[in-house]
Amino acid sequence: MKKSIYILIGGLLTLGFVSCEPEFDNPVDEGGFYTTGDADMSNFVAVGNSLTAGFADNALYITGQENSFPNILAQQFALAGGGDFTQPLMADNLGGLLLNGTQVAQNRLVLEADPMTGEPLTPIILEGNPTTEVTTSPTGPFNNMGVPGAKSFHLVTPGYSTLNPYFGRFATSASTTVIADAVSLNPSFFTLWIGNNDILSFATSGGIGVDQIGNLDPSTYGPNDITDPNVFAAAYSQQVDALKAGASGGVLINIPDVTSIPFFTTVPFAPLSPLDPNFGPQIPELNAQFGLLNQAFAFLGVPERSIIFSTTGASAVVVHDESLPNLAAELTQVLIGGGLDKATATIFGLQYGQARQATSDDLLVLTSSSVIGTVNNDRLAELIGFGVPEAQAAQLAINGITFPLTDQFVLLPSEQAAVATATAAYNATISSLAAANGLGYVDARRYLRDVATSGVAYDSGLLTSVFATGGAFSLDGVHPTPRGYAYTANLIIDEINKTYNATIPKVNIGNYGTITVANNVNN
Amino acid sequence: MKKLLFLSVFALATAVTYAGGYRVSLQGNKSLAMGHTGVAVVNSSESVFFNPAGLVYLENKLSITGGAFGVFSDVAYQNTATGASAQTDSPVGTPFYLYGSYQATDWLAFGIGVYTPYGSTVEYEDDWAGSHLVNNIDLQAIFVQPTVSFKLSEYFSVGGGPIYVNGSVNFNRNLNRTLTDLDGNRSEVTVDATGVTNWGWTVGAMFKPTENLTIGANYRSEIILDAEDGDADFENVPNSPLTPFADTSFDASLPLPAEMTVGLAYEFCDKWLFAFDYNRTFWDVYESLDIDFENPVIPDSFNPRNYKNASTYRFGLQYDATKMFTLRAGYYFDESPVTEGFFSPETPRNDSNGYTAGLTVNISDNLQIDASFLYLHFKEVDASYEGYTENGQVAPFEGTYKSSAFAPGLGVTYKM
Repeated sequence: MKKSIYILIGGLLTLGFVSCEPEFDNPVDEGGFYTTGDADMSNFVAVGNSLTAGFADNALYITGQENSFPNILAQQFALAGGGDFTQPLMADNLGGLLLNGTQVAQNRLVLEADPMTGEPLTPIILEGNPTTEVTTSPTGPFNNMGVPGAKSFHLVTPGYSTLNPYFGRFATSASTTVIADAVSLNPSFFTLWIGNNDILSFATSGGIGVDQIGNLDPSTYGPNDITDPNVFAAAYSQQVDALKAGASGGVLINIPDVTSIPFFTTVPFAPLSPLDPNFGPQIPELNAQFGLLNQAFAFLGVPERSIIFSTTGASAVVVHDESLPNLAAELTQVLIGGGLDKATATIFGLQYGQARQATSDDLLVLTSSSVIGTVNNDRLAELIGFGVPEAQAAQLAINGITFPLTDQFVLLPSEQAAVATATAAYNATISSLAAANGLGYVDARRYLRDVATSGVAYDSGLLTSVFATGGAFSLDGVHPTPRGYAYTANLIIDEINKTYNATIPKVNIGNYGTITVANNVNN
Repeated sequence: MKKLLFLSVFALATAVTYAGGYRVSLQGNKSLAMGHTGVAVVNSSESVFFNPAGLVYLENKLSITGGAFGVFSDVAYQNTATGASAQTDSPVGTPFYLYGSYQATDWLAFGIGVYTPYGSTVEYEDDWAGSHLVNNIDLQAIFVQPTVSFKLSEYFSVGGGPIYVNGSVNFNRNLNRTLTDLDGNRSEVTVDATGVTNWGWTVGAMFKPTENLTIGANYRSEIILDAEDGDADFENVPNSPLTPFADTSFDASLPLPAEMTVGLAYEFCDKWLFAFDYNRTFWDVYESLDIDFENPVIPDSFNPRNYKNASTYRFGLQYDATKMFTLRAGYYFDESPVTEGFFSPETPRNDSNGYTAGLTVNISDNLQIDASFLYLHFKEVDASYEGYTENGQVAPFEGTYKSSAFAPGLGVTYKM
């Protein structure tokens, strides 16, 4: 009898210790819940530039790479049976890059706030000594073959690793190409997003480069030039052919408009407020000074070049427009005729010979915000060298007010047109290659325009392109935030599900962060 | 015969014993085995908790009973839209009880009880999909209740006493869905308060209209645990005036709601006892868990709960099988106090069915061993928590939950 008691009690206790985990009828983490359809995600390889690498805040750093769109994709693919995804992770979260001990890339940007008021101020470079050394980084290839700075033709340029330290870090050999390394992984599926830099470096530099349309030899291009569309098409189709050869499929992503990104839409063409204590009180004196110049413009038949600052509303900055006829000599003569001494008239003639006030058709680049209204020290030294007294020289060297903003800060309408023409040509190539090869195609241009114009709703807000606060773009104004990359990943998943009959789940972009707020510790 | 007994225990085992919210209805092995009924059952000094009015009807001069449970409770979460999934890895909970009663006179009995009717230990994997709501929580409360019981007539008795509560809470969650330090570590806060005390009371009545029928009622008062000057520890916060989260103290209030129980017990066929309890728990007091941080720069944390009053229906059966064995089984239906849109992963409770069984072994005239077992069955439920906001906009936390809970218990009763 006693024995049966023990059995009973023992039985009850044993029941208590058997594992009894809660289980769903259809668990998402068991095979078969999600499927990749006709696509094989066992070995996904992503090829492209900084956008593929996970570059953000003007740097490449670990958490940015972890939130790269290919890595987000790979995590979702894994839910449907996808394989491992490797990335050439940096050594730290500072983001700078060392080449033989010398820093060759800046640390990341963070948003600084006022310690007293707590108000956000401006992006600053995060301080610290970067630890990612190009020469000692692990060698690839990696599933993420995104190379910051790469243009279309660079991916098929042998020896590119010696030109670009980001590729130099993990290239399998000095003579290899990005595409060769990618193909050596035998991708079962790929994404290709390349061509942005073929116009973007021209655009972000304010159009200081050359539109190389008609020049079929990319080895003669400068870093800020626009790539000829035929050069683009040749390189691009070569890449598509190489990547698709052994793959079950892939997705091609096109090139967004520069007007959709905050780098070009944040600084208004008329940022000069009469309420600004550093500017407003000087308006009458400035207008008096420019009065003489405006008379000369009128005399020369170009009254539209007149420079007038409003005392009641915001005024446009003064810009140097190299597409205008240069009236330096004529202007000098007219000013002398008007009674100005020859030396001053010559300086005015040179300074304003191609000047005008900006219009809403001009795009001021993000980096102009920190120079507008400040003294241009190069010009100041130059003027003093001409013998101009220092006080007067300083007055003539104020960026965007007395000294026209130089080319690098303004993307002029003519430059915008060159960019738009090339973008349209690249995108025509990308969409036709996608169609011809039966590949997925994501119209990033259209979706990014949606983000910029109307915003895209997510569970707790609206994703927009507004600088710093919109959530889509990091502090460099060009590259997405993790939330922006997550949005990109969702677009690609939609396309894969549609094209390859897959059921890969999307992510909730509200779970992905935006910009990083931080003050440097020593400040 | 032995074989038959064994089988019958499990055949009787039909259903129920937890209760919604963070209430843990495991206050006695005998009662639990009968679906946690007891407001009209006169069986042992477990009546200190279930209905103090019953103590005076106990047959023995002195009755002491104590025991404990192992609570194995876990929750699985998944979101089919995103593929996110999680499963808690909660430690085993160990609610316990100790009751004593002393028959002073024919009409007066004294009792004392120490028990743990509230508690919640839920541990998710850090930084899981709902980590902005909870990473882990550990809530505990010990009740001490001196009790007196009067027999007003052969048919009617009353009883009651004050309740002293000593509670503690430790709660960790991430500050929001995205904030991290520069290395990507999620910013989080741990609030911790111990030694939070307060007083409450309980009162009960028992009516025995016939020899076989007992009717009971019991009311337990609401007790608000006011944590003052608890520690709030912020971790992984970026160095920025925009994120002014520094370690500070906090005040918060956690209500332990009032509970009304009415029920009956009926003896039949000599060896059988049927019991039914109806609990009404006044959860509507739990509107919001608000954490008031001492440092004025740190925004206070408001976590709407919007609980509703909830009922539990309990059924129990007891069979005096032999002189040695008393067998018990029970079932309950436990209604969740959680309202639609406020299903929080911190206490993820939907309606449940509890199945219980157990037995008492009479080792001698003075000593009994009580054993019981509860299996609590939850259905899969699609739910969302819409009390979390970002920049004033609700960001619902949605998904499918599946809970499981079971609790074996063991106790001893000494009487003389």
